[in-house]
Amino acid sequence: MRFVETRAALLFISPWILGFLIFTAWPVINSAYLSLTDYDVINDPSFVGFDNYKTLFEDPKVGLALRNTFIFMVMSVPTQLVVSLGLALLLNSATRATGFFRTAFFLPKMTPPVAVGILLLMLFNGQSGLINGFLGIFGIDGPAWTTDPNWVKPGLVLMSLWTVGSSVVIILAALRGVPQELYDSAVVDGAGWWKRTLRITVPMISPTLFFLFIVDSINALQSFTEAYTAFFGSGNTTYSNDAALFYAIYLFQQAFEFLHMGYASALAWLLFIVIMAITVVQILVTRRFVHYEGGNP
Amino acid sequence: MRRARLILTWTALSAFAIAFIYPFVWLLSASFKPRSEVFDHRLIPETFTFDNYIQVWQEAPLALWMLNTLFVTVLAAVAVTITSAMVAWGFAYFRFPGRGALFGVVLGTMMLPGAVTMIPVFLIWNSLGMVGTLTPLWAQNLFGSAFYIFLLRQFFLGLPREPFEAAKIDGANNWQIFTRVALPLCKPAVVVTLLFEFQAAWTDLMRPLIYLRDSSTFTVPRGLKALLDQFGFGGEWHWEIVMTASVITTIPMIILFFLGQKHFVKGIATTGSKG
Repeated sequence: MRFVETRAALLFISPWILGFLIFTAWPVINSAYLSLTDYDVINDPSFVGFDNYKTLFEDPKVGLALRNTFIFMVMSVPTQLVVSLGLALLLNSATRATGFFRTAFFLPKMTPPVAVGILLLMLFNGQSGLINGFLGIFGIDGPAWTTDPNWVKPGLVLMSLWTVGSSVVIILAALRGVPQELYDSAVVDGAGWWKRTLRITVPMISPTLFFLFIVDSINALQSFTEAYTAFFGSGNTTYSNDAALFYAIYLFQQAFEFLHMGYASALAWLLFIVIMAITVVQILVTRRFVHYEGGNP
Repeated sequence: MRRARLILTWTALSAFAIAFIYPFVWLLSASFKPRSEVFDHRLIPETFTFDNYIQVWQEAPLALWMLNTLFVTVLAAVAVTITSAMVAWGFAYFRFPGRGALFGVVLGTMMLPGAVTMIPVFLIWNSLGMVGTLTPLWAQNLFGSAFYIFLLRQFFLGLPREPFEAAKIDGANNWQIFTRVALPLCKPAVVVTLLFEFQAAWTDLMRPLIYLRDSSTFTVPRGLKALLDQFGFGGEWHWEIVMTASVITTIPMIILFFLGQKHFVKGIATTGSKG
């Protein structure tokens, strides 16, 4: 009987097992091997030991890409969290038409990232963009967001705020789960809105905020499409910009534009280590600010 | 006091809603403007024209790109839903030695950045002679996907066991229990999986960049990037074409959202999916 059940289970699971072996286990092993070789797809890989990893540390573009990616993460993740928390709090305190507003905030998330990259170029264009036009109303002479290296990343960060919709939805769901009694007793104690938000709401939804913080950081470290669309690609000499060279973009270029498959594999493993290291540090540092009902696990 | 706060909340919400929706309206409006007026920031075009749409259709094989994308998207979504549901059911319904450990491996694969497997997976498709075809964009979905397996398993675990025991007593075999009893009961989770994967496959740029070479095989996002490179950067400066193509690429996703709004919102809220 036991055997029959196990056999049936394995039959159901078999697609995943096959896929795991072909598209995860074997690629992981092969990637580790390739990272020790020179390989251009046409000729056989030639073993070079740890040369690729040595090159990583001497390649100025690796340092640049890591710095760009890190700066983008540090700027975008907290801003996205604050904005999505603010929007969710607003939505939560509205009594009517919340559905309409939620749709308005979520809709940009449906835009394909390529189109977001294109919108970035249009909206943030230094001369004729909508953003600088808007700033002009207040007499502010907006920067050249799409060409000035100092303003490229802030532009990408601001654009990323347009697609915080899914975070808003996730935080809103968490807000709805905070028991009303907590607020009622706080009101009796005379606590104002700010105090209630900081002392009750934020601690109560801190597991959700913590989750978003970690996931958003991991995503930011791998961000590719918007920046690649707007600042790289064939024929792009006008907007091509080292300030937007994110790590995933450099890896893609090495692998599929220069066909340095061995070197790109080493780049991929460095990314894996960087993501792991940053995630572990973030978890260790932020964990004590997270409040779990029924004690910390 | 309470009234004042409500008015303040509403004003803030409306201001943000306008800020979020405005780029859409601006883009849509620009797609109906002649080239010289694209950046005039008028919400209603001074000169209203359909020329951009006609020109995009002439400059690019948009209909073909749409068909390619639809082909990939439907196969990707259907394949991943069926196989992920099967695997999820295997983990949720049966008891067998090593189940916990094996499911741990499923979750573990989600931690691995795509960059690590990207190159060897490309080499697999390359050795099969499939680079340049649409197959690599969806065929991997025939083996399920960890995130959806997780999502569907959670849903299956929440179902009562009685219907399955009853079906078993009635003589249904395992496959019949899965297809006739379990799947219909987990329709909401199936719909969420279909919608999520449909969106993911429709909007993906990286895989089409890696695998597609010839313009006739492009998906819409890949084609849009090609149009940007040609008309935006390439010195031709026809932004109105790029913008019109962006509108055409985005509209199917907006329609998808309104068709499945409830499921989208619920799916994201319960799984914490960041899309």
